[in-house]
Amino acid sequence: MGKWTRRSFITAGVVAGGGLLIGVAIRPGNRSTELAKYLARDGESFLHTWVKLDQNNIVTAIVPHSEMGQGVGTALAQMLAEELDADWSLVKYEEAPAVREFANYPIIKGMFVGNTNVPDFVVPTIDGALIRTAKALDLQITGGSSSIRMTGEFGMRVAGAAVKEMLRDAAATKWQVPVDEIRTENSHLIHVKSGRQIPYSDVAQAVSNMVPPASPKLKTADDFKIIGKSVARFDLPSKVDGTALFAIDVKLPDMLYATVQRAPSFTGQIETITDELSRSIKGVVDIVRLPSTTVSSALGSFSFADSVAVVADSFWTAKKGMDLLDVRWESTKHSQVSSNVIFNQFERDIDEALEREIDVSEGDTAGSLMDADIVIEADYRVPYLAHTCMEPLNATAKVIDGYCEIWVGCQSPLSFRKSVADALGFELEKVTLHNCLMGGGFGRKSRPDYAIQAAQIALKVGRPVQLIWTREEDVRQDFYRPAILSKFRGGLDTKGNLSAWHNTYVDKHEPHEAAQIPYKVPSMDIGHVSSPTHIPFGAWRSVAHSHHGFFTESFIDEVAVAAGQDPYEYRLDRLKHLPRQFAVLKKAALMANWAKELPKGRGRGISLQTSFGSIVAEVVEVTVNEGKLSIDRVVAVVDPGYAISPDGMKAQIESGIIYGLSAALNGEITIENGAVKQSNFHDYSCIRMKDSPAIETYIINSGEALGGAGEPGTPPIAAALTNAIYDATGNRIRQLPVPDIIL
Amino acid sequence: MTSVTVNGVKETLEIDPDTPLLWVLREQLNLTGTKFGCGIAQCGACTVLVDGDAVRSCVTPLSAVTGKNISTIEGLAPSPGELHSLQKAWIDQQVPQCGYCQSGQLMSAAALLQKNPSPSDSDIDDAMSGNICRCGMYGRIRRAIKSASGVEHFEPAAEVASEDSSHG
Repeated sequence: MGKWTRRSFITAGVVAGGGLLIGVAIRPGNRSTELAKYLARDGESFLHTWVKLDQNNIVTAIVPHSEMGQGVGTALAQMLAEELDADWSLVKYEEAPAVREFANYPIIKGMFVGNTNVPDFVVPTIDGALIRTAKALDLQITGGSSSIRMTGEFGMRVAGAAVKEMLRDAAATKWQVPVDEIRTENSHLIHVKSGRQIPYSDVAQAVSNMVPPASPKLKTADDFKIIGKSVARFDLPSKVDGTALFAIDVKLPDMLYATVQRAPSFTGQIETITDELSRSIKGVVDIVRLPSTTVSSALGSFSFADSVAVVADSFWTAKKGMDLLDVRWESTKHSQVSSNVIFNQFERDIDEALEREIDVSEGDTAGSLMDADIVIEADYRVPYLAHTCMEPLNATAKVIDGYCEIWVGCQSPLSFRKSVADALGFELEKVTLHNCLMGGGFGRKSRPDYAIQAAQIALKVGRPVQLIWTREEDVRQDFYRPAILSKFRGGLDTKGNLSAWHNTYVDKHEPHEAAQIPYKVPSMDIGHVSSPTHIPFGAWRSVAHSHHGFFTESFIDEVAVAAGQDPYEYRLDRLKHLPRQFAVLKKAALMANWAKELPKGRGRGISLQTSFGSIVAEVVEVTVNEGKLSIDRVVAVVDPGYAISPDGMKAQIESGIIYGLSAALNGEITIENGAVKQSNFHDYSCIRMKDSPAIETYIINSGEALGGAGEPGTPPIAAALTNAIYDATGNRIRQLPVPDIIL
Repeated sequence: MTSVTVNGVKETLEIDPDTPLLWVLREQLNLTGTKFGCGIAQCGACTVLVDGDAVRSCVTPLSAVTGKNISTIEGLAPSPGELHSLQKAWIDQQVPQCGYCQSGQLMSAAALLQKNPSPSDSDIDDAMSGNICRCGMYGRIRRAIKSASGVEHFEPAAEVASEDSSHG
């Protein structure tokens, strides 16, 4: 596993009823009483910020991340249970509450130090500073494919190992034997010499009074029994019988329902509302104007335009009321903007830029291009994309006597809580947030607009309100994966060697390295220019990798073709300095039978992208028959360092591929009159079963630092698809989505 | 006054008969397993059975199901504590991710198997393509339906599978 010297302060505390709760401490000696009051129920002990142990020897992992489909609770529980030598049948998990003590400091730690070697004496300082930073930022986010590689690696495993050491110490004291003679197995402490064996829970009380070890010893991969196993997810039984409770399933006594409409072109105020018809509908309770709002949080500063809500005794009535509401919005400078206007602006801003912001500059790219025997150029475009989570945005709020309680599914409970408090003008302590299961997230549920609206409506009507967005509002009021134009020039010599790589694109977003390429090229100049639009930006599964993966992996394919070489071999030749990428690409080609010729009308494409710490190569096989495309097969190879749950990893890769294919084939948000044209799944469609290819996923456990799972499957797929279409037809797709008929 | 039978229980409702069945189930009868996804019969998250047929409840007014038998996800299991073969297969194949679409997927699959106990690939595609899964678990859903219907060797790519492969 990683080279990080894991060292964190550990804390323990006992709570009412004799239970035990333990956490990676805020500072040495902290008894976690603050946390215990939120979490420990009768008979439970707080073993760690992330561990509870009850009197029946049940270990509960307390997971400071949100569940949106990725199976995070199960995987983090695996990491904890592994180090704790827990009996897997006695392990469960619960989501941490939205309180500052559960800020995700391991994420900050992972971002700052990653897999680097840090001297031991520095680590306590880092921990202290990072905890303060995480709390100050209200960071409790699920995103960036970070839960396992950061919270799991720097938090859960450390917690499990620390608790195990304390349990052994407590048993040694109890039995008056050397601690070395005590083994742990299946949630039991065992003294072989005397044949004694007790469950962990027997010494929970004693452990709660101990000072936890500062640097518990972690296992190596050879000793893993639970990590690396495809365990059944804890949350699935409730997802097959209808009992899983999503935010939309919350029901409060005396609750009203609401739906909203916000300024269609994202800015501009309401000019007039004609609401007589709406108010005449039986069951419509109120029509409420919601002011524009700006909030700042750990995730940045967001502004939301004016909106109007119809509040009624049922959602259906509220929707009927909204359909009859006549809202006139003021015209703004954005009201004439269309997708064409935006792409023309991108062209102009690139062509006329006096200078570019440089991402990478190596060698003499300008000189190499001048000297090149062949210079090839290509421009690529991707459109705006919406997220369309299956569960439309919704939140349920109760605002009574200066106190707000809110139920919502979100990717950042602490920052949502703060945003709601700020929007209402309440102290943070006056807002309680209950985070619920999310029916998809994909980045959309990191923006708190829907939660704020629910709280604002509840404040105005003085009764609990469930706000449900229509799908139309969801498509038209998203925070969009940006439209991007990216231009390339490549210089080759007569032998086809690539001497220069020049790339300029508009608008840089995270992660900062997304436009970089793994291939060895003697000179490279990658840069961007700013070309702002009024369309709200949002993180969309894999963020900037989603488009740069398409751009760079299309262009390297074009370069290989121009060089008259095989696109796979051409890539491989330029990866010898990166053995992990080399191995991943090679295995993908092998599993996809790359060398085997395909009949006419069929084609294969390959693509490679490293994102969020995981290396993924994908090969797509297509048939194009009279212009009609079918995707026959997808092979994916991933090196995530080490897969905690191989089946969970594969499920995430499959999911990332389908999400990316949906976008490549169908995803296009177009702008007309400053607003989004599409509205629902009929005109913003996604892949359905009949078009969904068979996917084979292969995992390489390289043993390097852990990488993410939720996002890395998405970036390579669009280019693998269009490269396959080129192979089948000679038609190079440089603009997504892929046209319905491929000529 | 409108009467319907939901999961074997007769319900009499005093509600505007143009209200879609989806909202009657969710808000009046507290059967929240049936989900709202699009409101225009495009995504299938609201799928229920009406006299055995898969129906999109978001566009089915209450007046259209008067006197009919409605089954929802809450009524899919044959008895409490026992799962339907599809539900078992869904867990065996670890189908759900976010899980939000799965009630609708399961009800569409149940309607399919009732009429066609051994569906072919294209039968499954036809029956299931009205249900969107944004988590993209189509391969697993297909596999789970096949395993519940007793059809086993069905993956053409199975020959190349090595120990660490899966077929999505």
